[in-house]
Amino acid sequence: MSAIRIERAGALTTVQDRGRPGYAHLGVPRSGAADLPALDQANALVGNRVDAAVLEATATGVAVRALADAVVAVTGADAPVWVGSVPAPLRAPIRLAAGQVMEVGSPDRGWRSYVAVRGGIGAEPVLGSRATDLLSGLGPAPLRDGDELPVLAATPLGERDFAALRASGAQGGPGALDLTVTLGPREDWFRASAVEAFLSSAFTATGDSNRVGLRLDGPVLERARDGELASEGMVLGAVQVPPSGKPVIFLADHPVTGGYPVIAVVDSVGVAAAAQARPGESVRFRVHAGSR
Amino acid sequence: MRADGSTGPVTRVRRVGEHALLIEAASEADVAAITAAARERLEATDVVPAARSVLIDGIRGDAAAHASDIEAWSIGPTDAQSGPLVELPVVFDGEDLDHVARLWGASGEAVVAQMVGVEFAVAFCGFAPGFGYLTGLPPDLAVPRRADPRTRVPAGSVGLAGPYAGVYPRESPGGWQLLGRLAAAAPRLWDTHREPPALLAPGTRVRFVQVRA
Repeated sequence: MSAIRIERAGALTTVQDRGRPGYAHLGVPRSGAADLPALDQANALVGNRVDAAVLEATATGVAVRALADAVVAVTGADAPVWVGSVPAPLRAPIRLAAGQVMEVGSPDRGWRSYVAVRGGIGAEPVLGSRATDLLSGLGPAPLRDGDELPVLAATPLGERDFAALRASGAQGGPGALDLTVTLGPREDWFRASAVEAFLSSAFTATGDSNRVGLRLDGPVLERARDGELASEGMVLGAVQVPPSGKPVIFLADHPVTGGYPVIAVVDSVGVAAAAQARPGESVRFRVHAGSR
Repeated sequence: MRADGSTGPVTRVRRVGEHALLIEAASEADVAAITAAARERLEATDVVPAARSVLIDGIRGDAAAHASDIEAWSIGPTDAQSGPLVELPVVFDGEDLDHVARLWGASGEAVVAQMVGVEFAVAFCGFAPGFGYLTGLPPDLAVPRRADPRTRVPAGSVGLAGPYAGVYPRESPGGWQLLGRLAAAAPRLWDTHREPPALLAPGTRVRFVQVRA
């Protein structure tokens, strides 16, 4: 079986795919790639199925050695890519000969990079997914320098198909941090002035963000009522407001239930953009046309 | 409206983003019936019961149109099917047993008698994979969480928090009042090679059985 070796895991590199939807009622988070469009693009660029597993690197990139001939692609953040010391294209298929190292550097824009390998990463699936869930500890452990991962078998990629895949890419990258939301389900827990502040202020992504949520600093969103909300189901993109009044946008590893009110829900395009927000970047919310 | 003039189990349906709805239940007891009806009548990725609501996530079709349909749902009591019965052997030697006895104004023996005398049911899961929130205790026996949560609660710990009982499927931090621990002979709470992986899935009925250490 083919394989890759992680030469440099960087700040955090995990195995990700489309996650474990359908188990929330048992307390299992969806998990999966934080930036789903980037996952799908990476798999498409190497001719993988949509459910193939890839690497998700964070903030400082990753270096991968091919232990057999491989076709790889890097998507997500705008990050430099090299094969050995030679620059290589982002969002395009790349051929690696056995022994070659591909390096993804620190992004200039965005936060998370996706590395697909033709065939898909062959880690052991748990509940139908190979995703690393950092909230509940399901799936493979975060990768460390020197880890070797199997790559599942795939047909060799001919020159014509390689050129077609190459022509398909190039577009993409982190989206604008001007996030479209639908208000609710608990906007009535906040003062009208807090809802206005939520929709008119610039928030700042903070450094304690992770795959569970993007944490924001900004005006305190004051509640209109005291008391505790009975714990209720949470969705991807929910903007939960804890007692501090500082909102958190739920990302892939979010808990399945929560007891703090959700002022609004970010749409899927916005969730992918939020997953690429860098600490210190400015985030704004605007309401979905027609929902208000 | 129900036959007796009271309102139905669904009090309100709220939009949650583009593809989800939150169904608010008239009472805790209505959550199971709404969950069963939602699984039967809607196509969705996740149906997630919680304390007083049911989240329908990844709903197929027009969420807004479904919302008005659901508000008019008539749900008979037969929609809530009772799940399998699980017996859990427990050694009642928890660090908070005496504290709970004081909160209840009872002896430690009386706390154990109460815990083994009730048939619990898993109302919903959360907090961790396979962690079920068990209802069945009388409401006046609700206890607060510990003011000072433990950084490490061993797997198999049996505890109380608010109106719920629960069993930790694995070691984690936690603020529940600990009454005891599962005996070695207890079935596994969480097994990803089993379907369903959670022993205490919503609807499952639970009886605690006292065993000696």
